[in-house]
Amino acid sequence: MTKVVHHEQIADKIYELTFEGEMVTDMVEPGQFLHIRVGDQYMPLLRRPISICDVDFDRKQCTILYRAEGEGTLLLSQKRKGDRLDVLGPLGNGFPLDTIAEGETAVLIGGGIGVPPLYYLSKKLVERNVRVVHVLGFASKKDAFYADAFEQLGTTAVTTIDGTLGYQGFVTDYMKQEAPAYDVLYSCGPTPMLKAIEEQLNPDRAYFSLEERMGCGIGACFACVCSVKDDPTGHRYRKICSDGPVFPQGVIQL
Amino acid sequence: MSRFDIQLPGLNMKNPIMPASGCFGFGREFSKLYDLSGLGAIAIKATTDEPRFGNPTPRVAETPGGMLNAIGLQNPGLEKVVAEELPFLADYDVPILVNIAGTTTEDYVAVARTVSKAPNVTALELNISCPNVKEGGITFGTDPSVAAELTRAVKEVSEVPVYVKLSPNVADITEIAQAVEAAGADGLAMINTLLGMRIDLKSEKPVIANRTGGLSGPAIKPVAIRMIYEVSQRVSIPIIGMGGITSADDVLEYFLAGASAVAIGTANFVNPFVCPEIITELEERLTEKKIGHISELVGRSWKSCYSPSS
Repeated sequence: MTKVVHHEQIADKIYELTFEGEMVTDMVEPGQFLHIRVGDQYMPLLRRPISICDVDFDRKQCTILYRAEGEGTLLLSQKRKGDRLDVLGPLGNGFPLDTIAEGETAVLIGGGIGVPPLYYLSKKLVERNVRVVHVLGFASKKDAFYADAFEQLGTTAVTTIDGTLGYQGFVTDYMKQEAPAYDVLYSCGPTPMLKAIEEQLNPDRAYFSLEERMGCGIGACFACVCSVKDDPTGHRYRKICSDGPVFPQGVIQL
Repeated sequence: MSRFDIQLPGLNMKNPIMPASGCFGFGREFSKLYDLSGLGAIAIKATTDEPRFGNPTPRVAETPGGMLNAIGLQNPGLEKVVAEELPFLADYDVPILVNIAGTTTEDYVAVARTVSKAPNVTALELNISCPNVKEGGITFGTDPSVAAELTRAVKEVSEVPVYVKLSPNVADITEIAQAVEAAGADGLAMINTLLGMRIDLKSEKPVIANRTGGLSGPAIKPVAIRMIYEVSQRVSIPIIGMGGITSADDVLEYFLAGASAVAIGTANFVNPFVCPEIITELEERLTEKKIGHISELVGRSWKSCYSPSS
């Protein structure tokens, strides 16, 4: 059990929650997620998978960002400082850090509520002397968050679909037009965005973090499976919760 | 002597708690969290003759006090289960109940014949109640004579006792229960999920890709209790009760209804430590309530009141 130490709204429907607990010491891998029980009752029943946005090992604190939109996340948004929070995790496999060398450049592309795990990833990459470039896509200015925080770590471009902030268009439009040079691409966001990145940018080295409705979050229930590419039998699959949520490009049929 | 060791056909249990099939995979994930030898038994995920990928996603949706699922019996197939999954579980001192499924009688028979020979398999759970596959599954579980015929065919080849897992999606569950008992079933497992659906207001389409799914969780507990109450008065074989159990008190309620052991399903997704927690809590409740042995409670809700009405 952990304790909420900070909770505030930082953009339209977007909340930043920091909790404190011993379990935080295990959160060494960016891209892993937490399975959070939003209430004490059985409505809603299931936990909510939410990515790790930042970790402070000295204070044993972890920060998550989430969009309060459904029944579960709206209930989570009611939590106050001092409340107990039932957190399971860290779960899944995060972004591999050893696949990029010191001095190389990483481009981190986030879409909407897929942006948060990239913050912790960026911090870890910077620690390893990797140059980081961020491209953060949002629907509109009111939905945007953490642009300044990312700016502290490396060059940061914001794109909005309606053009109310930064570059107007999708992250893929920006990437094609501005064409920042990079060695490895890391991305998290809606599956159509990941698919567009894979098809339109065709990166050599890339890692995608996927999302899906989950049941158990530990690989037992088979709710969040996805198909693998080039699978003539139709029987091969990966579980997003326990095999992912991060996969190298080319593995999953996006 | 423990207050809650249970001896059922093929299941020599240290306590009456087992994880339900489909909610525990093949045990690997949970083995990283706690010692599986502490469980009363383990019901592993449905096994079919050939590997199955299952249904498209989304496969789950929440509902008030419950969830719908339409996984579609995803499993690596008989060969892999026998070669990889069962040997893994052999390291634990716990009886294994293998849930078997298929499309045809021949499929069920083939799986039963092979899997019942595996050294650590102590019982089979005949899945004639999965609502999420187009063929087989529930089609075997809604007609008493079809269910009985399948039970007989599987009993003929199985080297271990056979429990039949019943579907609640029938007009009269006692009829099916009595039919499979007469066909030689060693026990019953009840209930499987209730067929349900949720429609998304934005897309105006069913939330689950399979359209319908099986409802589980606390929402279905009263249905299961009622059915076990009815069935336990009509059959003499033991019943493994399941449906929405989240606490030791729920376990006691199932015993009072007529169950002789219970399975915990959906609650494993909410709290992966729920099985060991309930085992500990149950022992405390039995002490508190001064119950010598939990089996004293079986069917007490009807035994002490009146004889079954016809």
